[in-house]
Amino acid sequence: MSKDVMADLKRDHIAKLLSKGVRADGRKFDEARSLQVETNYIRSAEGSARVRLGGTDVVVGIKLIVGVPFGDTPNSGVLTTNAELIPMASETFESGPPDPESIEIARVVDRGIREGHAVNMEKLCIEPGKEVWIMFVDVHVVDYDGNLFDAANIGALAALKSTVVPAKRAGKGEDFPLPVQHQPVSLTAVKIGGQILVDPTHDEERVAEGRLTVTTIENGNLCAMQKGLVGSFTLDEVFKVIDLSRRIGAEVRSKV
Amino acid sequence: MQSGDSKESSREIVVPGDLLDTTGMEAGPGTFEERGKVFAAQLGIKNVRQRMVSVVPLAGQYIPTRGDLVIGKIMDISASSWLVDINSPYPSPLHVNEVPWRVEFGETRKFMTVGDVVLLKIVGVDEVMRVQVSMNDHGLRKLTGGMVLEVSPMKVPRVIGKNGSMIQMLKNSTGCRIYVGQNGRIWIDGELDNIIRAVRAITLIEDQAHNLGLTEKVKKLLEETSSGKGA
Amino acid sequence: MGGTPTDIKLIDENGLRIDGRRPDQMRPLKIEAGVLKRADGSAYVEWGYNKVLAAVYGPRECHPRHLQNPTRALVQCKYNMAAFSVDDRKRPGPDRRSQEISKITREALSHVVFTEYFPRTSIDVYIEVLQANAGTRCAGLTAASVALADAGIPMKDLVASCAAGKAANTIVLDPGKEEDNFGQADIPLGYVPRTGEIVLLQMDGDLTHDEFTKGINMAIGACKQVYEIQRDALKRRYMARPVDEAIAAPPAADVRKEGA
Repeated sequence: MSKDVMADLKRDHIAKLLSKGVRADGRKFDEARSLQVETNYIRSAEGSARVRLGGTDVVVGIKLIVGVPFGDTPNSGVLTTNAELIPMASETFESGPPDPESIEIARVVDRGIREGHAVNMEKLCIEPGKEVWIMFVDVHVVDYDGNLFDAANIGALAALKSTVVPAKRAGKGEDFPLPVQHQPVSLTAVKIGGQILVDPTHDEERVAEGRLTVTTIENGNLCAMQKGLVGSFTLDEVFKVIDLSRRIGAEVRSKV
Repeated sequence: MQSGDSKESSREIVVPGDLLDTTGMEAGPGTFEERGKVFAAQLGIKNVRQRMVSVVPLAGQYIPTRGDLVIGKIMDISASSWLVDINSPYPSPLHVNEVPWRVEFGETRKFMTVGDVVLLKIVGVDEVMRVQVSMNDHGLRKLTGGMVLEVSPMKVPRVIGKNGSMIQMLKNSTGCRIYVGQNGRIWIDGELDNIIRAVRAITLIEDQAHNLGLTEKVKKLLEETSSGKGA
Repeated sequence: MGGTPTDIKLIDENGLRIDGRRPDQMRPLKIEAGVLKRADGSAYVEWGYNKVLAAVYGPRECHPRHLQNPTRALVQCKYNMAAFSVDDRKRPGPDRRSQEISKITREALSHVVFTEYFPRTSIDVYIEVLQANAGTRCAGLTAASVALADAGIPMKDLVASCAAGKAANTIVLDPGKEEDNFGQADIPLGYVPRTGEIVLLQMDGDLTHDEFTKGINMAIGACKQVYEIQRDALKRRYMARPVDEAIAAPPAADVRKEGA
């Protein structure tokens, strides 16, 4: 009961500020938080990155093993994405098997990488139909202050770019850098009181009516989209978020 | 109350989101108002009376309302109350001071036990749907014997009939004691053959509630099944 | 999503799709309301070769209890594909895709249900895909909306759902199985035609801005058609039997209205 009351008080406070054109942390509506990216963060991983987006802190590790390709894509490596919202990151995260929240985040990040063709999957084929590289993208959220979608996506992209395929260790030739060919970047916005705000904090997410994540690649094409929460968007609002995603996506790409 | 409406040309079935009125009528039960227009909130029949438009739902749960007579089943017991299942998402506590007996603390089990059927009145419902029931009124009591039948709460008005005409016909024809709860539960007691006749008649009412000539159909069934012709 | 080169011609020389449809044509859609006895509300949808059943129980006591909300009903949703619903048998049980679809369907439906009328309860929606042929999440959401209304649950509107996609570089409406597997993009949409609200939106693939615009507008147009079919299914459930004038007796219970 008290959480609801707090949420209501916060909603009013945030709404009051928004009506004056101000966000609780002073940002503009179309302004993302400070972004810090550190690559090669984890030695034991083939690729890794730690991303701090405002108060959200995410570590992404990439591991590769040799395995069997899927029947319908015998010449292609395999991509698997998982997200762990571990209890230390927030009092609201519980340990255990992935819940729908973490599954959704993992799948949206995966979609960005897959549909955005971030990695040339054909170059991960060792022997057609028999052996390919299986790539695991694991996202670990260590501190939560909103917008896990973007933090995870940016972390994954940065980690991929720093990844070296461990061919030597597997006896499959020389190590080589993971063939990254595109850079899908997501932008998440929320709708509060009819206003569109990018890169929401935890407080903003809790009072948001709707959430929309749009992932673009360098040429401005769309490769993934996901609407969340129980509110709604008009078509115009959707186009607004698409425009913001293109603009901010380009800025993020230059940093990663 | 109904006579003015009974000559209306058609009963309109409406669906959630259907526009009902733009002339500023009052938004009655089963509807909602948005920017001066009234829309249907439930699947049901549009009903206009004076300056209010409402929707009579064709389906739905029983929503406890103050003043309703209901037939409940005891589902749990504590030292100072019983918890009653009133065929609603809201089980209702029945406190020891709402029954006609003097019940000592911890003695609740002596008076009523899990599974008992009771005739109660709803005395209060608050904004978060906490329901209070009572047995402290004329006619209210534990119902022993007989059997309980459940129908959709939406059909209760048809089982009762205009001015109680349908229920009276059932009672007269079967000689059974019949109590109809607003919550869709019906208690019937009498000779076994007659109970069966009453159940068949009520089942017919529930099935044919929307059709014309229901009263005739029920009358016919009761005549066909009366003693001498088998149940 | 595929994109794998294939010798299947998704669009032929006449601009027709693999099943003979024009790019802007929906597959045939049939909806029946009130098909199950036990459930409080139900609906059955046949959309192309999709066969989807939706059932609603509630409002009822909320389980698990710790999820109970003191001021409103919880809408819970479980989307499931039967093992025999796809060519390669699907292992029973919720997989990650089903969990994601359950979540976004729940979110879409929560927007239209008047949850504040039933504090502390749960409204449970079950979607079962019996036969799958692309577009099952749209068929499921479409069926679930009808099932909710069939259960008499107060809603501000129905949600209609349909997808658009891209195949052979053409924007197509309501992709079929081959277009879904070998096509280039998919845009599932959940829409409330009366208000223009988008309550479910996903996209995957590769689309330019113009392609996306064309696709989503096509899907919106289709949702308007789906909506009429949904409404018709609900009315037909009771229309078959002429309505007796006496059914319009004063309501026994007062369903609270906005602003009351």
